[in-house]
Amino acid sequence: MLPPTLSFILRRLLHGIPVVLIVAVGVFVILEAAPGDAVDAYLAQLGGGDASLAADLREQWGLDRSELGRFIAYLTSIVTLDLGRSVAVGGSVVEAILTRLPATLLLMGASIAFSASLGVLLGGIAALRRGGMTDGVLTLGALILNAIPGFWLGLILIVVFVVWLGWFPHAGFGSINGPRDPIGRSLDIAWHLVLPVTTLGLTYMALYLRLMRGAMIETRASTWVRAARARGLPETRIVRRHMARPALLPVVTMLGLQAGTMLGGSVVIETVFAIPGLGSLAYLAVSQRDLPLIAGVVLAGTVLVIIVNILVDLSYARIDPRMTDERLRTGVG
Amino acid sequence: MAAGGSATAGGPTTSARPDHAALEVRDLRVRYRSIDDHGPDVLAVDGIDLTMDRGEVLSLVGESGSGKSATLLALAGLLPANASVSGSVRLQGHDILALPERARARVRGRGIGMVFQDPGGSLTPVLTVGSLIDEVLLVHRGLQGAAARAETEALLARCGVGDPARRAQAYPHQLSGGLRQRVAIAAALAAGPEVILADEPTTALDATVQAQVLDLLVGLVADEGVALVLVTHDLAVAAAVADRIAVMYAGRIAEERPAGELMERPGHPYTVALRAAALPFRPRDRDGEGIQERLPELRGRMAAAGGTGCSFAPRCPLATDHCRLVAPPLEPFEGGLVACWRAGELAEWPGVESPEVEPEVPLAAIEPQAVGWPGQGA
Repeated sequence: MLPPTLSFILRRLLHGIPVVLIVAVGVFVILEAAPGDAVDAYLAQLGGGDASLAADLREQWGLDRSELGRFIAYLTSIVTLDLGRSVAVGGSVVEAILTRLPATLLLMGASIAFSASLGVLLGGIAALRRGGMTDGVLTLGALILNAIPGFWLGLILIVVFVVWLGWFPHAGFGSINGPRDPIGRSLDIAWHLVLPVTTLGLTYMALYLRLMRGAMIETRASTWVRAARARGLPETRIVRRHMARPALLPVVTMLGLQAGTMLGGSVVIETVFAIPGLGSLAYLAVSQRDLPLIAGVVLAGTVLVIIVNILVDLSYARIDPRMTDERLRTGVG
Repeated sequence: MAAGGSATAGGPTTSARPDHAALEVRDLRVRYRSIDDHGPDVLAVDGIDLTMDRGEVLSLVGESGSGKSATLLALAGLLPANASVSGSVRLQGHDILALPERARARVRGRGIGMVFQDPGGSLTPVLTVGSLIDEVLLVHRGLQGAAARAETEALLARCGVGDPARRAQAYPHQLSGGLRQRVAIAAALAAGPEVILADEPTTALDATVQAQVLDLLVGLVADEGVALVLVTHDLAVAAAVADRIAVMYAGRIAEERPAGELMERPGHPYTVALRAAALPFRPRDRDGEGIQERLPELRGRMAAAGGTGCSFAPRCPLATDHCRLVAPPLEPFEGGLVACWRAGELAEWPGVESPEVEPEVPLAAIEPQAVGWPGQGA
């Protein structure tokens, strides 16, 4: 017998396999449906080429086979976790993804943490000041930020903080001739991440703010908060333990759902800030019609979202004990 | 139960003065402003006086809107922001109504504990029940870690929670309604209050569990010497546990007398009506048949508080023109107080003599299967 948490994780990972396969088939079908292929994209980049060059390239890249033949080769490469070679980066797809993954994980993790904690904090304040000026300003402000496209916000931040004020580096993931020692390097990366994380985080904050505000307005009016008051607890303790904690559940649920959306958002942000991550790799792959690379990036994203959701479900148990019992047993998530 | 110890200078509840009543309420008024500032104000409590000693059970009885819950919230200092209170509430001789909010919060829990109607709702769902009580011990008595947990388990055991060490680790949803209410009582007791306010503490519970929880509350009054204010709409419950009963109507006290005498010979027509409605309380007869006969009905609605004349007059079969014009004062009547011009004539009113009533049935004597409050007529 496995411990329940471990068997829950294994079961959820098994559930993920068909999801990954469906996504893989979807990617293939969509790219097949679109006119042109990698050779067209490559030749367009070169500025043209004759038919024999195109035929040679198609033979080289395995694009001369029938649709079924290519589909089988494609599926085989996925099942064997090989994922093939990318024309666009000129190397193994797996290697390209693995070298780019840390930057994206760091950007996304920091953005989610920033956006959720700021949203929870401001949403809580808005709930406590419900109906007042503060509430109105916060709610409206978050909504405006949510409506602004991420790339535009990113460009504005670059203009203000890089071009005018010169406080932050404008692009990249680290300085080329930056410090080599671990602490200096971490600080350098953090310095580079401030603007992209702010952009991505502010765009997605509205959701957390509104969720937290709504949930906390509810817990604030609950009998258990009145009972906590009747026990003479200090107000700060009541807000922290009896209002905010029970209100966190919808926020955590949204963290899992948002992971996928944020991955999409990071494609844009990584491109704006020239961060060598999964997002900018996806952008490169799509513009080059590089099927193995597109498939690799999309599947990496799929796996990432599945893992984040498992983590979210596991964290429910810590936040809402009512979930532990059924959720872990049945694996419904 | 450990009221002193962590005495804070100037705390109103720390110096127990035996020469003062545990709780003394004078001319308490609660007024609700309408939320949108357009409607008229509502006078929920219209000048009531109450005095309670330690070890005493006083029951506030009345129908919805009689002001009993507003009274309780005013005593606890938990009224919403749109309510204003006047009068005085003295706890061990100290006026707590005049205290600023910070000092008032210290009184809550330490001086006055409260038990709510919905035992599930009054426990924070994401915290273990043990940590809820630990928290009260930390805030009011400065207990931490193992010392706090030991005291928590002792409190749970005192409140009839079996296997307290394991139950302390449980979350509220893992416990039954009766256990939750026991936990809520333990939390209310944790800071060692002199007065416990219980707002319909058994209404949400099964009949069997009701008897057990009432038993626990009455036992705490006897053992710990706290004063218990029990709010209920059920006169039968009040009669079974209270030393004194105060019947409230439209924000005022209609009658306040020792429980036995009040049940035996009510002094107010409203008490008579309440008693008639309380008699056949039983979920099922022994032969499995439900209640067939209709309960006696009190027609009409409660008048708003603060009008002229007796507020019960529109529904009262004995009302005269005098009743409708001049409100009767609370005057001494057979061991207590009654506010009725015709209190002395009530004995002749049909239905007042109710031989089935057996007040003060000891709770322990009630068989669990046959819980039916006095008047069950086995």
